[in-house]
Amino acid sequence: MQRVAIGFGLASVAGVLLGVIVGQSRWAMRGLDPLFQILRTVPPLAWLPISLAAFRDSYPSAIFVIFITSIWPIIINTAVGVRNIPQDYRNVAAVLRLNQFEFFWKIMIPSAAPYIFTGLRIGVGLSWLAIVAAEMLTGGVGIGFFIWDAWNSSRLSDIFVALAYIGVTGFVLDRIVAAIGSIATRGAQAS
Amino acid sequence: MSYLRIDHVDKIFASGARTTKVLEAVDLAVEKGQFVTIIGHSGCGKSTLLNIVAGLVSASAGGVVLENRQVDTPGPDRAVVFQNHSLLPWLSVYDNVRLGVDKVFAGKKSRAERHDWTMRNLELVQMTHAKDKRPSEISGGMKQRVGIARALAMEPKVLLLDEPFGALDALTRAHLQDRVMELHRTLGNTVMMITHDVDEAVLLSDRIVMMTNGPRATIGETLDVALPRPRDRVALSADPLYLECRRRVLQFLYERHHYVEAA
Repeated sequence: MQRVAIGFGLASVAGVLLGVIVGQSRWAMRGLDPLFQILRTVPPLAWLPISLAAFRDSYPSAIFVIFITSIWPIIINTAVGVRNIPQDYRNVAAVLRLNQFEFFWKIMIPSAAPYIFTGLRIGVGLSWLAIVAAEMLTGGVGIGFFIWDAWNSSRLSDIFVALAYIGVTGFVLDRIVAAIGSIATRGAQAS
Repeated sequence: MSYLRIDHVDKIFASGARTTKVLEAVDLAVEKGQFVTIIGHSGCGKSTLLNIVAGLVSASAGGVVLENRQVDTPGPDRAVVFQNHSLLPWLSVYDNVRLGVDKVFAGKKSRAERHDWTMRNLELVQMTHAKDKRPSEISGGMKQRVGIARALAMEPKVLLLDEPFGALDALTRAHLQDRVMELHRTLGNTVMMITHDVDEAVLLSDRIVMMTNGPRATIGETLDVALPRPRDRVALSADPLYLECRRRVLQFLYERHHYVEAA
């Protein structure tokens, strides 16, 4: 659970920043979008061997897998949100001479927030998916390992309990992000 | 030297290999405190001209000079009231105005002064009662009033109004026109407004600038409206000078430069 928080938190920050860059610049969009689309389709577990080789430890590897899985929908949704900032708001910012930093906080983030949170919701679901699968392979800790262990020792009923637990937790995570989203984007919809 | 000068402005829009010359040799001088209206059929490039003055669009040739300085980037000295109000929906009415105040008077006024100034400008448009509401909770006319307050609060040298009443119903529009006239009288701003409403143009302006049809639009004629202020719309409706001005604008728009479909 803590690993999900760390991995997902990192992915949120990095994803939003990258998404802003991609959304703001047409060149970045053209160059990076195909790359994102290719990397996005790589299954989470395919990253695990690489990250295990790189970090030589299951803990940071799991975080990395969560990060790499959940970052793509965040980037893509943020980029769409930033590209959809109405020209009106850009004009207002131009007349007020907002600098980049003020534009980012006062116009871009509020305006793109509904898109960003859609990305975050997809991302949190994916990261939960990834960690359970990763734990099955790395072993030692976690609900994924618990299921694998239960299978090896023929405790089928435990597996069902674990599945229900995973589902409910995923649901709760989704609702938490959605709730934060609805608070943060209050009033962001144009009238 | 006049206060605001539009000097031989051309604007060419290029899409691929095709280029369209929208504006050609637009030349206009505006004196301080004057209320100038630009009128023309839709598509004649009057909004483009306003955007050039605002600095949101750059001229292909020529330039805009304000108080002896050339301006080619947007700035709060040329505040714009947009046609569709363009308030930020996630900010309250107060915060929308305050955003501009904070930016323009950062370091010049204290926090309390900025608050007072924001409230003063909301008072000017009588919107203090709704200061904590969000733009989605107030009517179209109110939004436009907040837009005007936001622009006024920046203490612009020139106030640019881009068809500010275009999206409003006739009664609200008349009410807001009266408000704008009153503000212009008390504050003495230099105002440049775009409209396609002949009555609005004659009622509000000191000078009406009539534009020919695009492409290659330019200023066809200017008309000084020498009606005394304050003006009253009911009394004016039978005033011979008012009717004469109105007739001349109508004549220009409908007889000499009538609207051409798909021009």
